[in-house]
Amino acid sequence: MNINLTLIGQSITFLVFVWFCMKFIWPPIVAALEKRRLQIADGLAAADRGKHELELAARKAADGLKDAKAQAAEIVAQAEKRAGQIIEEAKQAAHAEGERQLVAAKAEIEQEANRAREALREQVAALAVAGAEKILRREVNAQTHADLLNQLKAEL
Amino acid sequence: MVAPCTTYLLNENKMTQETLTAGEYIKHHLQNLVYGRLPDGTWAFASNPEQAKAMGFMSINVDTMFFSIFLGALFLFLFRRVAVRVTSGVPGGWQNFVETVVEFVDKSVRDSFTSKNNMVAPMALTLFVWIFLMNLMDLIPVDWLPRLAHELGIPYLRVVPSTDPNITFGMSLTIFVLTLYYSVKVKGLGGFLGELTLQPFGKLALPANLLLEGVNLISKPVSLSLRLFGNMYAGEMIFILIALLFSQGVILAVTGGVLQWVWAVFHLLIITLQAFIFMTLTIVYMDMAHQEHH
Repeated sequence: MNINLTLIGQSITFLVFVWFCMKFIWPPIVAALEKRRLQIADGLAAADRGKHELELAARKAADGLKDAKAQAAEIVAQAEKRAGQIIEEAKQAAHAEGERQLVAAKAEIEQEANRAREALREQVAALAVAGAEKILRREVNAQTHADLLNQLKAEL
Repeated sequence: MVAPCTTYLLNENKMTQETLTAGEYIKHHLQNLVYGRLPDGTWAFASNPEQAKAMGFMSINVDTMFFSIFLGALFLFLFRRVAVRVTSGVPGGWQNFVETVVEFVDKSVRDSFTSKNNMVAPMALTLFVWIFLMNLMDLIPVDWLPRLAHELGIPYLRVVPSTDPNITFGMSLTIFVLTLYYSVKVKGLGGFLGELTLQPFGKLALPANLLLEGVNLISKPVSLSLRLFGNMYAGEMIFILIALLFSQGVILAVTGGVLQWVWAVFHLLIITLQAFIFMTLTIVYMDMAHQEHH
């Protein structure tokens, strides 16, 4: 247990080891630790950002859904209104058509009646002429008496 | 008391196997393998304690020096392997462990060292792991490596470098020189001498101040190295004493086995604690060297 050169040897060894550790061991490891610390901090920040963005997106989606619902409701209401309108218009058109057909039918009936009346009148006139011939027992000259006959026909 | 089982011990004059007394056994375990100049002028390994003593300062404890360098190199190798391919991604098993140690040391330095010096943290790491490894040699059963060395023809072998005051003083004196260097560098020579002479009692009591502060200054490296040396030396001594029981019959041998295990478990705490204390005090001394006033 003498103090001897081992003391000096250990001192030199110590300094060399410390130098080596300071040069080649400590810096890379501490740098890696620091880098990982930053990476973790970044990761946490990114996670926070992601969460925030998710919240925003959810809010946006809810807003969009609300808008879409309102829009759909509006469209349905409009459609209903339009359907009512169409029905109303169809009703009116049908009504008008009915009227028109009624009027046309009435006109036709009138016409038919007139025609019938005309035919009747001519037949009555013919009958009257025939009657008159029989009464007069002489032939009425149709050509000579056309004026007279026509006048009679018109009066009937 | 006689320890018949320790018959392998080599003695220059008694090459044959024989029994040693307990005193001889202990003395043998505490004798370094010393290389130095013999009285006749040749350089050789000392073959007995008297020769080793006669070599004086110009000799070297080959065993503790070897284990000290080997363990320090082992530390550098193991940590350098991580440093080469360190990743900031998911760390592997060994990198994980190394990072834990580095972070622990880094935190200790941050807590105690307030100035800026890139050397302190690596020095603290080196000291902590190196001293821990040196202390850890204490847990190898005391006879194994000396026995192996004996088979290889090496007469003495002490395997725990931190039980050699040369090793502990080598470190603490180097740290002492570093603290002096940084004291002068940071405070200037005047500031440093002022700290030594002008306080705590003021200018008039200069000799008293110098005495007080001088003792204070010198006590740091001495206590730093003696604390480590004392703890490890005492621990090793107890292991040696327990090992003596192994040759005292079955009952005592079993008792010795149990005691050795118990002491090893307890010692595990001591070796870690001593490494930690040495590191922490080094950081504190370096911090004091960097402080303008204390």
